[in-house]
Amino acid sequence: MTEIVSSSSPAFVRPTAARRDIGIKRRYAAERRFRAYGMVAIMTGLFFLFVLLWTVISNGYTAFQQTTITLPIEFAEKVIDPKNERAANPSKLMTANYPLLVRDALVKALGIDPKNRAEVKKATEMVSASARMQLRDIVIANPSVIGTTVNVSLLAEGNIDSANKGQIDLAVEESKRKVNDQQIGWMKTLTDSGAMTKDFNTGIFTFGASSRPEAAGIGVAALGSLYMMLIVLVLALPIGVAASIYLEEFAPKNRLTDLIEVNINNLAAVPSIVYGLLGLSIFINFAGMPRSAALVGGLVLTLMTLPTIIIATRAALKAVPPSIRSAALGLGASKMQTIFHHVLPLAMPGVLTGTIIGLAHALGETAPLLLIGMVAFVVDFPGSPMEPSTALPVQIYMWANEAERAFVERTSGAIIILLIFLVVMNLGAILLRRRFERRW
Amino acid sequence: MNMMSEAAVEKALDQKMNAVPFKMIGKDVSVYYGEKRALFDVNLNVRENTVTALIGPSGCGKSTFLRTLNRMNDTIDNCRVTGKITLDEEDIYDPAIDVVELRARVGMVFQKPNPFPKSIYENVSYGPKIHGLARSKADFDQIVEQSLQKAGLWNEVKDRLHEPGTGLSGGQQQRLCIARAVAVSPEVILMDEPCSALDPIATAKVEELIHELRTNFTIVIVTHSMQQAARVSQRTAMFHLGNLVEENDTDKMFTNPDDQRTQDYIMGRFG
Repeated sequence: MTEIVSSSSPAFVRPTAARRDIGIKRRYAAERRFRAYGMVAIMTGLFFLFVLLWTVISNGYTAFQQTTITLPIEFAEKVIDPKNERAANPSKLMTANYPLLVRDALVKALGIDPKNRAEVKKATEMVSASARMQLRDIVIANPSVIGTTVNVSLLAEGNIDSANKGQIDLAVEESKRKVNDQQIGWMKTLTDSGAMTKDFNTGIFTFGASSRPEAAGIGVAALGSLYMMLIVLVLALPIGVAASIYLEEFAPKNRLTDLIEVNINNLAAVPSIVYGLLGLSIFINFAGMPRSAALVGGLVLTLMTLPTIIIATRAALKAVPPSIRSAALGLGASKMQTIFHHVLPLAMPGVLTGTIIGLAHALGETAPLLLIGMVAFVVDFPGSPMEPSTALPVQIYMWANEAERAFVERTSGAIIILLIFLVVMNLGAILLRRRFERRW
Repeated sequence: MNMMSEAAVEKALDQKMNAVPFKMIGKDVSVYYGEKRALFDVNLNVRENTVTALIGPSGCGKSTFLRTLNRMNDTIDNCRVTGKITLDEEDIYDPAIDVVELRARVGMVFQKPNPFPKSIYENVSYGPKIHGLARSKADFDQIVEQSLQKAGLWNEVKDRLHEPGTGLSGGQQQRLCIARAVAVSPEVILMDEPCSALDPIATAKVEELIHELRTNFTIVIVTHSMQQAARVSQRTAMFHLGNLVEENDTDKMFTNPDDQRTQDYIMGRFG
């Protein structure tokens, strides 16, 4: 043993301990610095995310509440149908003087002198103008209500709603306020008597467009978005998957397919407004499809989503190990059997994830829809994708342009709803991937 | 006296071997990957119901030759094969030959166990299903049982046929792959280093299996292990740099090879 030690080369000199120490310290310091950079980057990202969510939620949560005024409405026959013509001419009920019913009920509830026109006007302003439609619908649905008195919950006007939620600064001089002191006093009376209450706002989900914030909702826009998502799903998924399978499995690898691949990757990065222009010139101007229709929107979003789906699907197909293909081919399966029996099922989680992320992307897309006329004031629910409709993000864009305080909170409320949709879709993508992920 | 008897035994073996008909005949087989030539005019015949081992250092072309036998090279984009390979006197590169049918007759087992991520039952029944070998559930059950029995796996998996094949151990997975190949009732089974990913015990089982399969199938096996070639094969072919160096009876190959390069390789002087 000693011989071996003594026979080792005398020329070999160990580096001094001090020199090695410095090197190691530096390495650790560099690693710590690098980790610190990463932490700072993530913290910055989280901070901005938090600020975004905080702004949206703090502005928007009140949109899910709505002030209503419950009044005993006397459906007086002398107001609705003074000449008793409704049996002969039912359309009389459509044009009856319903605002008068509201006015009478309010005057009675607040104890105002009906002759004081200025006060009566101020009082009736507290109830949304949509009350007329509400009462009309009640009467038309059930004409036997005429002559009775029924408690009806009417929407409060937008500014009254804002004031009730404490969003109007009462310290401001009365003439510069949307709600005057007298109205504030009436609000107090109504609240004390239990007539004015804050309830969950179902209207924001069910109403269509309206210039009165209390009667505006995302219902029509959500239906338009749903139509478009269905069109995108039905068109983009099969086309995208078929294109990817051909490109990945069948197409010869040559310059042409290289060119196609580069172009698909580029298309994924093309600004979406360009797709809007394309849709405008091809689908509307050339093919003559209707403006503002969910069909055109869906087609444009399909074009926009295709590259995303193709790229995700190709990546998923590529990730299937070649040994699975060899196994099937070695057994005598044809290429198509190999792909449809083995490769595609294994790639499906990736395909679906890509599709859902593409859909989520399309759901939040606004710019191309502006160009094909989907920035529209649509009150009625579209019965088919051919009818004019609008989309969720476009609705947000339109509300964001409105001045009333009640629209500000509705804008944020709609953003919250859109965000919830997006989060649910992305969660679905993650769950799908988890659920179907396979080991091999 | 001793010398004499050894020579006599050798001669007897030779004669016995020579009496076995050829199953596949490779004549002047060359393979090109694009510009690169991987095989140089290989003439190698495979005898019926015999285990033929292909040995040689890495990159010598033995796997390439194996894959020409069931045209798996077709799946590689720029691969080109020249020469002639016949299976029962039929040219397998004839345009009239259906690759799907060829691969049903010449099955393959790969280096890494590659069961489908499906149940054991589905793994074995997939081949018969696509080739229409069975119709009723009972037929499939029978094929699956027989194939698993031939692969020596039946007793280990008969209670969990519907569990995923990927959940088996490495050695079991490889035997499942053999069962899957056997289920199509091929005439020839190609094995590309079937034991290189297995531990010695699993290897021993697979080797034993190869030995048994020989009675029903013609087997061509590529292996890096000289001992394995010596244990399982009757004929051995030695490749080097894309050339066939020597093809001989395994016993002769490992005791008294004709070619110096074979001698050197077997002795571990290169490779």
